[in-house]
Amino acid sequence: MSDISLTVNGRRVSGAAEDRTLLVHFLRENLGLTGTHVGCDTSQCGACVVHVDGKAVKSCTMLAVQASGSSVVTIEGLADGADLHPVQAAFKEHHGLQCGFCTPGMIMAATDMIARHPEGLDEATVRAELEGNICRCTGYHNIVKAILAASKTMAKGSKGKARQAA
Amino acid sequence: MYSVNYHRAASVTEAAKLIKSGDAKLLSGGMTLIPAMKTRLAAPSDLVDLSRIKELQGVKVSGKTVTIGAATTHYDVASDEKLKKACPALAHMASLIGDPAVRHKGTIGGSIANNDPAADYPAALLALDATIVTNKREIAAGKFFTGLFETALKDGEIITAVTFTAPAKAAYEKFRNPASRYAIVGVFVAKGKDGVRVAVTGAGDDGVFRSKDIEAALTKSFMAAALDGVKVSAKNLMSDLHASADYRANLIAVMAKRAVTAANA
Repeated sequence: MSDISLTVNGRRVSGAAEDRTLLVHFLRENLGLTGTHVGCDTSQCGACVVHVDGKAVKSCTMLAVQASGSSVVTIEGLADGADLHPVQAAFKEHHGLQCGFCTPGMIMAATDMIARHPEGLDEATVRAELEGNICRCTGYHNIVKAILAASKTMAKGSKGKARQAA
Repeated sequence: MYSVNYHRAASVTEAAKLIKSGDAKLLSGGMTLIPAMKTRLAAPSDLVDLSRIKELQGVKVSGKTVTIGAATTHYDVASDEKLKKACPALAHMASLIGDPAVRHKGTIGGSIANNDPAADYPAALLALDATIVTNKREIAAGKFFTGLFETALKDGEIITAVTFTAPAKAAYEKFRNPASRYAIVGVFVAKGKDGVRVAVTGAGDDGVFRSKDIEAALTKSFMAAALDGVKVSAKNLMSDLHASADYRANLIAVMAKRAVTAANA
């Protein structure tokens, strides 16, 4: 057993867990954050993607104790109260989901992807970057559309903020 | 997963002490070890986490000499601006491993210590004639990769860095399994001051190897056309449900041609 303490969605949390506890199970079972899903459990499908210290990782392939001391963001941490995050809003607008199971991982992968490509995204890049996220409904077309739309909205938003700051 | 005791090492010296406890294994990105533990193919008593050791992280380029810390992630290798100038082929190769989330965790040291017969780094390091630096000694890549999942590492020995001289030209071409995305054949071609080296991953019965026939042809002329008529032997190549040995032998020549074209581009 180890004492695990980390920041999840901006909140300091701690708890004891066996060293073999996976981060996704710690989030779901110890913290009740069930938005992060376990899909394949073999590091392939990406339903469990969360951000650890600002980077998208598969939380089914990381021990909770490895993340101790880190800052974690899950799907529950994206919205600002009732205001959806631009990527969530774009998934809703463009119907980037069918059954919704892969959606939390898709959205966490998408926000990471958009942050890594401040120069903007094109369809080929989005599809290549989604290598590690699988949608069993095969609803990729609208997922890609949603990510491209969110990337544009967020670029405008950041320019707007830059203007305000200037 | 079986029960395990986790230790986070703050330095290589501390890790070297911790690794002596029980049946311990070193943990870096965990992109292979954790799935292996989940399926109980690996069941270490203890894990010694190297991923937070600062001295093991980062890419250094000094003139033509490139040094990559063992705990540097694939993402950091792929996006390092200095490396993209010194050896763009290696940065590109790192960008082809797994997927973005895997590249954020997986490390060069972990990949070569595991020496998966379909991993990308072994081909790159063998072709680049790299030196693998451990906490005990330096090992030439040619002596490091000794077989399927086998290396020259001794019990408790810790890889600290990989170093090589940037080649004049190099490229990596990978023919991927459409499902797993691992290399069915991956060929890394490098033209350095000591000649041409060509290493093949994904295909060998005994893991990564150098293709002497292709090297000989490319030494005469470093052009894709130099490989016309070069027949790679299917002897000692893998045959499995994804590809027969003959198919892989043909793919090696095809991938080598593409790599030479890319290296000359």
